[in-house]
Amino acid sequence: MSNLVGIEYNRVTNVTSTDFPGHQPGDHSWDIEKFKDSFDINITNISDGVATFDLIHIDTSIANAFRRIMIAEVPSVAAETVYVFMNTSFIQDEVLAQRIGLIPLKVDPDQLSWVDKTIDENDRYTEDNTIVLSLNVSCSKNSNSKSSNDPKEMYKNSHVYAKDLKFEPQGIQQEKFKDSPVVPTNPDILLAKLRPGQEISLRAHCILGIGSDHAKFSPVATASYRLLPVINIKEPITGELAKKFKKCFPPGVIDINSKGEAYVKDARKDTVSREVLRHSEFDGKVSLGRQRDYFIFNVESTGAMSPEEIFFKSVRVLKNKAEYLRACPINQ
Amino acid sequence: MASSPQREAFQVPASISAAAIGQVTTKSLGVKYNCAQCAASFSLGKNDAIRCKECGHRVIYKARTRRMVQFEAR
Repeated sequence: MSNLVGIEYNRVTNVTSTDFPGHQPGDHSWDIEKFKDSFDINITNISDGVATFDLIHIDTSIANAFRRIMIAEVPSVAAETVYVFMNTSFIQDEVLAQRIGLIPLKVDPDQLSWVDKTIDENDRYTEDNTIVLSLNVSCSKNSNSKSSNDPKEMYKNSHVYAKDLKFEPQGIQQEKFKDSPVVPTNPDILLAKLRPGQEISLRAHCILGIGSDHAKFSPVATASYRLLPVINIKEPITGELAKKFKKCFPPGVIDINSKGEAYVKDARKDTVSREVLRHSEFDGKVSLGRQRDYFIFNVESTGAMSPEEIFFKSVRVLKNKAEYLRACPINQ
Repeated sequence: MASSPQREAFQVPASISAAAIGQVTTKSLGVKYNCAQCAASFSLGKNDAIRCKECGHRVIYKARTRRMVQFEAR
């Protein structure tokens, strides 16, 4: 049971992994063949926006590296510079610029190259590395509206949404983005509210970046993992006690069989609330834990890439890092 | 006033006529204003009351220029 993290009433035990050479008797050296045999990926759910998958028999350091790389080092596209020509709305220029930066865009990051920050600012942005979006809205009175208190009825363009950002293809981009024009992934993000006579006119330059530079470049909304919960019933729990035992867990975790005995139906659904440990009648009858090398990942994409693509890219980034480290002249 | 000559305002010589020194009293200065109430755009002359020409509202804004301003979206 060395790969079980113990969950007690008031503490967590056996937290660190010990399966490295020299800690315990036996051969614990890392071996690629051994890893290939034991490692497993289990996909439980995959859709356009969200993926849930299990990485089994892998060390925390690697699983956590994937998580951190997905958040901070997989590149994606976001607005970086905003050129404001006119903004008479109540939202200030810099606040509006920041809001535009945070809008997730549906652009394949592989279509763009990196912006070279050493080049002079006037020549830095080209058709290969920059996407231009423009926002031109002005609000006016809606003359044919009935008497209403709703600003959307009374005025035209009273609400400025992310969908009002228009893609302006530059040069080769006309061909490149013919089939997938650049749009915000969520068209109904409210950017500003206008009243008659107010106007917003601006251009935004969107470039490639990584999440460690700014959160707007992060391709994931969330990327997290949890360890698989383990519930070990040591003594049979029957009758009324079994019903109480079942109630200590979220629905679907514990069920009662035909003999009236409680059994673990699906430990994965458990939130590990430790409610069962508060009741003295279950003392010694149950132990809670988490499997240390079973990672249940949940990756939610912002929409530019599919969640599995984000994970594959994180693997590639980690691989490149390892290769860089191997080529480092550290031993010379 | 005489003690600080560099701060002294320019005095229009009284001997020449208004037209000769380029003073225009009838034409507006070209500054656009927007009414805070009805959003009408207009310009005001030197002696005009500070009022909207459409609705008479007394709160007006100077119009913003269309000059481009650059911001970092951060």
